[in-house]
Amino acid sequence: MDTTRLVDFDKLARRARPKRIFFQLTFIIPVVVLSVVVILAIFAPLVAPYPYDQINMSERLMPPFFMEEGNTSHILGTDHMGRDVLSRVIYGAQISFSIALLVILITSSIGTVVGIISGYMGGRTDAFLMRVTDISLAFPAILIAILLAATLGPGYWTVVIALSFLGWAPYARLMRGEALQLREADFVTQARTIGASPIRVMVRHIFPNIVNPLIIIVTLAVGMVILTEAVLSYIGAGIPPPNPSWGAMVEEGRVFIDTAWWISFFPGAAIGLVVLSGNFLGDWLRDKLDPRLRQI
Amino acid sequence: MADVLLEGRDLVKHYPVKKGLLQRTVGWVRAVDGISFTIERGRTLSLVGESGAGKTTTAKAVLLQEKPTSGTIFFEGQDLNLLSRAQLKREYRPRLGSVQQNPWSSMDPRMKVRDVVAEPLVVNTKQSKQQLRSRVAELLEEVGLNPELSENYPHEFSGGQRQRIAVARAMALNPSLVVLDEPVSALDVSIRAQIMNLLKDLQGQYNLSYLVIAHNLATVRYMSHTVAIMYLGKIVEYGEGENLFLQPLHPYTKALISASMLTLPEDEEKGVKQVILSGEMPSPMNPPPGCRFHTRCTEAMPECSQTVPELRDVGGGHKVACNRV
Amino acid sequence: MSKVLLQVEDLRTYFFTRKGVVKAVDGISFYVNEGETLGLVGESACGKTVSALSIMRLLPEPAGRIVGGKILLDGTNLLELDKKEMRHYRGRVISMILQDPMTSLNPVYPIGDQIAEAVRLHQGLRDEKVTEEVVSALRLLKIPSPEVILGNYPFQLSGGMRQRVVGAIAMSCHPRLLIADEPTTALDATIQAQYIALFKDVQKKTNVSILFITHDFGVVSTMCHRVAVMYAGKILETATTREIFKDPKHPYTSALMQSVPRLDQKGGRLYSIKGQPPSLRGLPTGCRFAPRCPVVKPVCREEEPPEVEISKGHFVSCWKAK
Repeated sequence: MDTTRLVDFDKLARRARPKRIFFQLTFIIPVVVLSVVVILAIFAPLVAPYPYDQINMSERLMPPFFMEEGNTSHILGTDHMGRDVLSRVIYGAQISFSIALLVILITSSIGTVVGIISGYMGGRTDAFLMRVTDISLAFPAILIAILLAATLGPGYWTVVIALSFLGWAPYARLMRGEALQLREADFVTQARTIGASPIRVMVRHIFPNIVNPLIIIVTLAVGMVILTEAVLSYIGAGIPPPNPSWGAMVEEGRVFIDTAWWISFFPGAAIGLVVLSGNFLGDWLRDKLDPRLRQI
Repeated sequence: MADVLLEGRDLVKHYPVKKGLLQRTVGWVRAVDGISFTIERGRTLSLVGESGAGKTTTAKAVLLQEKPTSGTIFFEGQDLNLLSRAQLKREYRPRLGSVQQNPWSSMDPRMKVRDVVAEPLVVNTKQSKQQLRSRVAELLEEVGLNPELSENYPHEFSGGQRQRIAVARAMALNPSLVVLDEPVSALDVSIRAQIMNLLKDLQGQYNLSYLVIAHNLATVRYMSHTVAIMYLGKIVEYGEGENLFLQPLHPYTKALISASMLTLPEDEEKGVKQVILSGEMPSPMNPPPGCRFHTRCTEAMPECSQTVPELRDVGGGHKVACNRV
Repeated sequence: MSKVLLQVEDLRTYFFTRKGVVKAVDGISFYVNEGETLGLVGESACGKTVSALSIMRLLPEPAGRIVGGKILLDGTNLLELDKKEMRHYRGRVISMILQDPMTSLNPVYPIGDQIAEAVRLHQGLRDEKVTEEVVSALRLLKIPSPEVILGNYPFQLSGGMRQRVVGAIAMSCHPRLLIADEPTTALDATIQAQYIALFKDVQKKTNVSILFITHDFGVVSTMCHRVAVMYAGKILETATTREIFKDPKHPYTSALMQSVPRLDQKGGRLYSIKGQPPSLRGLPTGCRFAPRCPVVKPVCREEEPPEVEISKGHFVSCWKAK
């Protein structure tokens, strides 16, 4: 009874080696897409064929080049004011990404600092900071944005302020949770035994060890901020026309949706593509860096 | 004349137990309930006991991680209660070193080994990068590690090597007293000997005092000069290691020794009986009246449930707290 | 005379990982008689837990696979059973106790339910009979007030009590072989002593065979009749407990024993084995202990020593011990 042939040794050894192509696709595609969009955003004036506000009523409502009546002078067609859709989408990328960058920078900084201090120091500091965070979370986001737009007037900075104001609290919550856990870690106790001040412990020990979840959240936030800005612009509380915010473009094209669908379609597709890429990238990073966060 | 480095006198640590919305204190965990001990220069005191005995709490008090509810710690004659936080940081902390049980979690995974070892120096002294680098190299050599490895991260080392790094870190400030909480119990059996030998060598070389927390009696016997057996927050037997192990007086000590001995077939032939305790350690919230050990004691007498035995010296510094003695 | 219950022959269990093949268990053979306790001793990553999981066929798939050998339980080769048949064996004929009582018990079910689950699965009894079996299992493990404990949740019990409950679950279906993987490592010394005495009693009453995995020689001396010493996926020495302590033949066994402080000896310096256990991924040729062996010879590095019965019941794999 020879039972040593229970298993095909070589087959098992081969199968264990990683499926490289698939794994890398879920990383490569989003990175490529996002890089392309960012580059376009940065070099918009050089890349876009037309200025975003160049009105040309004689060429209004031209379809994209691949349809009849379209031609290559306006690759993605024109909108109801004759403005080139492609150029406006490209300039729109500038708006979307610059807002995303600013908002994420502000919210993650405030949120992280608040969260770490709250989690590590505990006691009354924690209680106070968490109440402030709760209050921020309790605000109905869209309503506040509309209110701010009504008070300060719709515009770029209004959007930045609104989104920053509403966006730091989730970071605070997350970082607080991480800090709470780390507070009890042996190496933190060691640092305190040596005489390290709370500030040193927070900066040197707590923060570097919670950078991973932070990176993941930040990557996922890119899509979220862009989408929120688009929504705000769509309902008129964001960046007003003639600015080529993708959300505003979608709104402008709404009435033409059955005749000149491309006016809303391309900015909408851009939103979808960027948000999706951001999410894929965030998921990939999370799987690589911190599988514990799978529920986010 | 023994040179006393650290003395703990009548140390008590009670933790409040709070319940309910209003966080009322409904009881107290009497983790440490009045213990006294001395640690001499260049010698090792081990605190032995099972979980819940209060030994870790005592170590925390010495390391200033917990403030005693009452009682005093004297360091080189100085009452620590009288020192301000700044004075403690300047004068007491640098004289201590600490080695923890778990070599995997006691180091910041994001710091290189050289930063880990240098941290006590960075926090407490002002030294140039060059000075730090050479001191770290010195320390790593002391513990038997190649200084060139200092650029690596802790996870690249084995458990035994990491514990060596921990010892190097503990030695960074030239301490007089090193507190070691179960320094070898998380290591593989064949590595323990390496670390224990290293610790003994360093003690001889630098006249270090050790406060060792342990539950393994054989390790304790190998490493210690003085031993304190703790049970439910009190010291039940105290004395020179050799006296204690050759002539244990307290029934709990006898049970611990019995549980730690190898059972060789010759023992059965010789009629050596095992001492097996019944029941488990009661909760420190509700210690039994009288002698705390009486509920599990194989030699209990009626008065043991009423009279609390004092820790008395029965000769040669050997102290026992037992109504029978 | 004593009959062999479990016979493991040339067992090989490998793990197929991204970074290569890990030969966790690389050809081990041992046997356990009825009513006897065999200790499997070794340090971390020596393969003792993987051996236990192999016998239970509970290896993490697809990475872990048994690639060779036989596991004969009372004559039946467990490796030839299909999944359904093996499930019948697990819990009913072979039981396992793990190290950590905190995670072995489900925190949301009362104790009684957890034991009853095992009983129902394997014995198909009706409710009253099930309760009877559960209570008798608790009594076997000397758990006080079993009727009360039935309704308790794991968090209400102490560590030692929980470990007894785990033992009760394991014994509830009257298995013939019990595999215990470091069951006392997480327990205090005096509780450990209680537990070991308890198990010896259980063994006497039920004649169960025990495969006791541990790294603690003290536990071995008290609990086991025979011992097998493992290192880097191989068994280096097997003998009765008495023999192992009196006359260890393999350099690793004697080095290990000399490096462990003993309470009954005020020794001089402890012997410390230099170096570290090898990685199981790219093992060197020859004897696996050669790099650390204090009495190594040139042949040790070239060829692996065969297992030799050096005296009755005492097996060693060592060039020096011949």
